[in-house]
Amino acid sequence: MELSRRDALVALASAGIAVGGIATLSADRDPPAVADDGPDAEAILSTLTTVAGVVYPSAVANVDTFVESYAAERLRRRPAYREGARATVSDLDDYVAVHTDSERYADLDTATAEAILHRLGVDSAAPERAGSISGRVRYYLVNDLLFALYASPTGGELVGIENPQGHPGGRTHSRRPE
Amino acid sequence: MTDRTPSERADACVVGSGPAGALVAHRLASDGYDVVVLEAGPRFSRDSREERMERAVRPVDGDPDVWDVGGERDAYRSTGRRFYPLNAARVKGVGGTTLHWQGMVMRYHEADFERTTPDGATWPIDYADLRPYYAEAEAALGVAGASDNPFAPPREEPYPLPPFEPSYSDSLFAEACERLGVVTHSVPNARNSEGYDGRSACVGYGTCQPVCPSGAKYDASVHVRKAENEGARVVDRAPVQRLETDGDGRVETAVYATPDGAEHRQTARQFVLACGGVETPRLLLLSQSSDHPDGLANSSGAVGRYFMDHCYAGADGRLDEETRQNHVGFITTECHQFYDDPGRATQGTDGSVPRSDADLSPIKLEFLNYAGPSPVEMALSGEEWGDDLRDTLEAAYGDHVGMGGLVGQTPRPENRVTLDTSTTDDHGNPVPDVQWSLDARTRRSIERANEIQTRVLTEMGARAVSTVGPDETGPAYHHMGTTRMGEDPEKSVVDARLRTHDVANLSIASSSVFVTSGALNPTLTIAALALKTADHVRADL
Repeated sequence: MELSRRDALVALASAGIAVGGIATLSADRDPPAVADDGPDAEAILSTLTTVAGVVYPSAVANVDTFVESYAAERLRRRPAYREGARATVSDLDDYVAVHTDSERYADLDTATAEAILHRLGVDSAAPERAGSISGRVRYYLVNDLLFALYASPTGGELVGIENPQGHPGGRTHSRRPE
Repeated sequence: MTDRTPSERADACVVGSGPAGALVAHRLASDGYDVVVLEAGPRFSRDSREERMERAVRPVDGDPDVWDVGGERDAYRSTGRRFYPLNAARVKGVGGTTLHWQGMVMRYHEADFERTTPDGATWPIDYADLRPYYAEAEAALGVAGASDNPFAPPREEPYPLPPFEPSYSDSLFAEACERLGVVTHSVPNARNSEGYDGRSACVGYGTCQPVCPSGAKYDASVHVRKAENEGARVVDRAPVQRLETDGDGRVETAVYATPDGAEHRQTARQFVLACGGVETPRLLLLSQSSDHPDGLANSSGAVGRYFMDHCYAGADGRLDEETRQNHVGFITTECHQFYDDPGRATQGTDGSVPRSDADLSPIKLEFLNYAGPSPVEMALSGEEWGDDLRDTLEAAYGDHVGMGGLVGQTPRPENRVTLDTSTTDDHGNPVPDVQWSLDARTRRSIERANEIQTRVLTEMGARAVSTVGPDETGPAYHHMGTTRMGEDPEKSVVDARLRTHDVANLSIASSSVFVTSGALNPTLTIAALALKTADHVRADL
């Protein structure tokens, strides 16, 4: 099932980021600079894409474009999220540099990227805006991507619901099927 | 910069900007009176609603966080036999608790106004007194409904908006209920089924409680804006600390605090308390003085007593077919058949519900559209990802059915709101202590609701049926009864005009005046009483 830029737009709307149309999405604009002392927006997007390769089901395609479209706009519009994500990616990269031959999480292959998340206990960690690295990875990276996917119609359809919570897909879905 | 200084001249000072305060303010301002509304909480930007919706879905926040409830401002105690989760049950801010309510609005039945409490108290008004105000309240809130409820009280006018269509799972319930002789009918919703009053139709975000991003669900900020357009002044983040009376026993001043640490004094000719079933008695108790040693308007000793809520009864199970849950966040079908006569038997085309001869409280039954897990919420709190997560979500979602229900509580003096002087809020005031417990009649009624619910689910062929019974029940967050109405000043706090017996220029517009709880969502009755209050205050101005 192909994730579209329309899905990204919908996910952004679900996250409270109103955009005027597809043309305003990130492919048409430079990603925002984030900070001088940590990963820039492009590095955050690369990290999110790598995490998505782990946490998204294999049935979805076009993940890179979806993540870039969704997350770039989110980084641009949500300063608090941007700062939290930047600090989290920075800490994750530090962890990767110590425990692997790579300098950045974004450069890991999918199997290693998943192993790192498990080693950090991200799967069982409670999401946190501030606190442990595992809680913050869960909140800023893993859960942000899962929210974007499963609150979108394409993600909903993957599991049997056309209008998941968070998506303004109308009321007709609760009626008797045709 | 926001001006939070007092108005020089005010005809009416309204405390609270929930549905009651907003409607009172709007009506009085529309008549040309100078109105000041003092609201303890902030004014929430409409632009923040989608972000609040995300908070509602993502597990890092609890429901109170969605509307910034909690902290020292909202400190409270719960020392009764049952814990009362007060901060999940209210919102402080412009719009009040309607910001996170479910939006179900039905008229109380005629029988509700005829009930007598164990200590002999009765409502001093009847359904006919409130009937025109109900119609006005339905128009104000924009109620979508149908006149298909054979148990509802009489009405002449149609609902302002057409009803929402029954959901798919409603149809599954309806078939089983017909076989049992259980009658189903639509739910009146304060939610736009089509555009109304400048607000859009519902678009199915599915997060009505605790937040509607589209604004299709009514909340009281609608009438706050209308009141302001008519000239009312609304001061947010201005918690009233106490009311002070003059030598003639009238309220002279509302003393309120502002974020800069200052205290201000708002004078007015009339005062209306509209700050809910907990903060209203608390403010009266905080306004204790040498002239009112037990608290303002409390010569009866009833302020804070007879606290009631509706208790939840539920049952759910799974079918061997698709049930299409969690597409929308609201209920479209319910049953009032066991409301006036909760022990009644039914006989359907192929089964029955047996009679109960027990002494029971009113029961309202609901057919849920959000039974079972929400996939997105489950995804965010699970311990899997990738294909494993997808498989789990796919297996967990899709075949659940559930019934909810409300059971009324008997008013008892030991269920009450008092001041806990051992704990203070951010202004040094004693916090409310909610003392709440269940009596045997309420427990029996919850069991009766479970009996009916289980019968329906079994008839549907549901498996793994489980119930939320008297041991697991919780409140529906409908605070009632703490400043009850009545004709006898020795047993009640306000009269049939909603004016306090003790203080001539102090009225109360709130569910706190309810004498009995019934088992129906109270907000439409709150709104109707508020409009009645406004008419009486207007007559006194």
